[in-house]
Amino acid sequence: MPKPSPSTQTRRNSTGAKPRKTSISASATTLAKRHQWLFVFFILLLLALVWRIVFLQVTNKSFLQRQGDARLLRTITLPAHRGQMHDRHGQALAISTPVDSVWVDPQQVIEAQQQWPQLMELLGKDSKDLEQLLDTRMQREFVYLQRHLNPQLAAQIDALNIPGVYLQREYRRYYPAAEVTAHVLGFTNIDDQGQEGLELAFEQNLRGTTGKRRVMQDRKGQVIARLQELEAAHAGQDLNLSLDRRLAYLAYRELRDAVVENQAKGGSVVILDVQTGEVLAMSNQPAYNPNNRNDLDSQKYRNRAVTDRFEPGSTIKPFTIAAALESGLHTADSRIQTGNGKFKIGRFNIHDGGAYGKIDLRTILRKSSNVGAAKVALSLPGETLWNLFYYAGFGSSTGSIFPGETPGHLPYFADWNRVDQASLGFGYGLSVSLLQLARAYAAIANQGRLPVINFLAQNSKSSAPQSRLIMQSETAQELMTMLEAVVSPQGTGKRAILEHYRVAGKTGTARKTNHSGYVEDRYRALFVGIAPASQPKIVIAIMLDEPGGKHYYGGQIAAPVFAKIAKTALYWLNVPADKIK
Amino acid sequence: MRVSWKVSPTLNLDIPLLLGLFTLSGISLAVLYSASGESMAILIKQSIRLGIGFFVMLLLAQVRSQQLMRWTPIFYVIGMAMLVAVLLVGTVGKGAQRWLDLGFMRFQPSEIMKVIVPLTIAWYFADKPLPPNYKRLGFALILILIPTLLIAKQPDLGTSLLIAASGIFVLLLAGIPWALVFGALLAGGGAVAAVTLTPLREYVFHPYQWRRIQTLLNPESDPLGSGYHIIQSKIAIGSGGLYGKGWLNGTQSHLEFLPERSTDFIFAVLSEEFGLMGVIALLMVYVFIITRGLYIATQAQGIFGKLVAGSITLTFFVYIFVNIGMVSGLLPVVGLPLPLISYGGTSIVSILSGFGILMGVHAHKRLLSE
Repeated sequence: MPKPSPSTQTRRNSTGAKPRKTSISASATTLAKRHQWLFVFFILLLLALVWRIVFLQVTNKSFLQRQGDARLLRTITLPAHRGQMHDRHGQALAISTPVDSVWVDPQQVIEAQQQWPQLMELLGKDSKDLEQLLDTRMQREFVYLQRHLNPQLAAQIDALNIPGVYLQREYRRYYPAAEVTAHVLGFTNIDDQGQEGLELAFEQNLRGTTGKRRVMQDRKGQVIARLQELEAAHAGQDLNLSLDRRLAYLAYRELRDAVVENQAKGGSVVILDVQTGEVLAMSNQPAYNPNNRNDLDSQKYRNRAVTDRFEPGSTIKPFTIAAALESGLHTADSRIQTGNGKFKIGRFNIHDGGAYGKIDLRTILRKSSNVGAAKVALSLPGETLWNLFYYAGFGSSTGSIFPGETPGHLPYFADWNRVDQASLGFGYGLSVSLLQLARAYAAIANQGRLPVINFLAQNSKSSAPQSRLIMQSETAQELMTMLEAVVSPQGTGKRAILEHYRVAGKTGTARKTNHSGYVEDRYRALFVGIAPASQPKIVIAIMLDEPGGKHYYGGQIAAPVFAKIAKTALYWLNVPADKIK
Repeated sequence: MRVSWKVSPTLNLDIPLLLGLFTLSGISLAVLYSASGESMAILIKQSIRLGIGFFVMLLLAQVRSQQLMRWTPIFYVIGMAMLVAVLLVGTVGKGAQRWLDLGFMRFQPSEIMKVIVPLTIAWYFADKPLPPNYKRLGFALILILIPTLLIAKQPDLGTSLLIAASGIFVLLLAGIPWALVFGALLAGGGAVAAVTLTPLREYVFHPYQWRRIQTLLNPESDPLGSGYHIIQSKIAIGSGGLYGKGWLNGTQSHLEFLPERSTDFIFAVLSEEFGLMGVIALLMVYVFIITRGLYIATQAQGIFGKLVAGSITLTFFVYIFVNIGMVSGLLPVVGLPLPLISYGGTSIVSILSGFGILMGVHAHKRLLSE
């Protein structure tokens, strides 16, 4: 063991007497030199550090600051309210309510596995569901767990404070009138985009513009500071619809009752303002509740009044008569031989309800004589008949811009043979939508002017799009008189008679077809009515599809629906009574 | 232990060194308060640790060099025994077996070896002529190598390298021939190249160690994994700029983007909040302490005192260099705290013990010269 201790050495050294002195001082010199060298070494390393820090904090500063900001600053999307839809009196029909959706970041939530049962229990699910969900989506950063929670549930989930589980503000569409306006309004999908009906037609107007905001967030993605708003969120445009909610309820209720009572497969009602072409109500059966997404089924949500076409049958006859009057070949008093009510053309037989003999055009309408209408049609040049039908809007879109609208079908006159021309005279061989039919009647009510169909409320009569003259006002006036006679105790439409108002209208009962031709025992019952006849305000078109009960004639089952709707609607619309007793 | 209350009114404490260490403690508490998210609890814990550290320093400052020298071999043997015990019955934490569970506390023997190894080498050379001959050099290297390898086995590569460095500093001070130093550096560099560039690395490095080396060379290769620490700390340092964002205003550190911000990466917090100016101020405090330490070393009487003082000071500097080098992306990530700034007790106590010894060396030199 090496002893003596250094202090004794030093002491000897300081006394300066011992032989090891040279060795000790040599050691001290070595040490002193080494100290100097190591000091230089230390300074060099220190400079290396300073150089590195200067490099980071001065040379590379802006790059590193940007990198820092990139980790810290996020631009978040500010949700925008979808525009609301109101009826013509400002009653809400479609509104957006804020809701929260819960989503997860798989990478983060996987680490909080012990809290899964709590979370999934709140959502009424099992932890295994989450496991399965994550299994296939581990590579994603955003996975919806459940959309559109109720506010209380969202608050509970937020309170759990599970890493990787987040809430997202969204808007859910709500339709206060539910089934009543469902077909017209359509609906949005879960991402708030219009899918059907007016929601789709006016998507561009209704859709809001999302905004952007800078936020500061920590590593867990929690927003810790809201910085400046880069772009404000703009709510979508509110729409004032032409619908009248009260009339919509009325139409819905009466149609539903009629469909149930007559065991019909379906049905539609359209109520138009005759001057402005505004759709005041439109209802179909079967209906659906747009607030319940499980109820969505294309069979139910089709707006049949617009998208479905059918052969109009007798309801077309006023236009055959109009063509006759307009042609100058006939007057209201022109008489047509209907004989015993049977008329053979080619290999087809046309029947009437009775043997009417030689009758004038008024009576053809009042009795709804098929033979008469066919003979009138045959007496006209094809082009004349086609022109009137065409300008009455059959075979082309109404311009309503309603998604999926059918233009119907009107064959071109050059392609007609005699059978075609005769059939067209009483409503076969062409197909129309109920909306088209209602609109064409509106032209009769509107002194020959065909209004443009509108789903948006028009501020005044003058602001409505210009209607088109399709027949002379005298012709229209004549037709009104004739149609009023239909709704008389002697006419087919006697069940549409109102106590306080004069009514003009026409019944129709059309045979349905299937792939192989016309089918026995399957009908469409129709009625289109105008009221009040002296100063027309509204036109109501009713169609009942395949009534399964004892009655199936339009005059028997569709006309009463008109009476019920019109009676209340005219009262609500403050239309003065025009029937003087 | 004989405490010399009467001879020194300052209790053998070196006033300049003490002022420097107090300044560091103050900086530590300020930065830690910010890094911990303004936690008083953390601040109190750190204060207690600093208190313990300064108390140990005060005790060690009273120990005469001769006494210390006499005890050194005993310390070495006890230290080695504990290192072996760690390997046999140590507690595993973070994938390494570094701790001894003493029942009432967990203890990391490698920490005290940071002080014992340089003491031992200094003790060995104290009565031998310097520069040493090759035989003695070889023996000293063995004394260094055994604890180094034992600690590397835990595995704790960073600490083992630092312990080797603290022993080698004594050799450097003792006058090991420069030719040998450069030769060793070249050989070492060659060995490193051979290991890292060939499949040999699979036998030499633990996978996590190899990852850290790759990360140093190209942190962006794995920005979410092993490169994350380095990228985040570089960003934090860089965003500080010249003057920093101000105390408590660091964003990278406060929003949990910066990992280990209270411990190993606390330098990045300081850099972000106080900028280049703050960094230079901190480095100046360090430089002051090191200069004072080296001055004490040159002034010490006796080979043992000179060697011990010099190596403690230089080891202190190496800790600083390695930590800042690591945080700023110059060196690979080794788990090493910033001396006297980072949160953590063991490091504070071991470093302040070193300074206690340093002060003891200085005080007893003055005693002798009177």
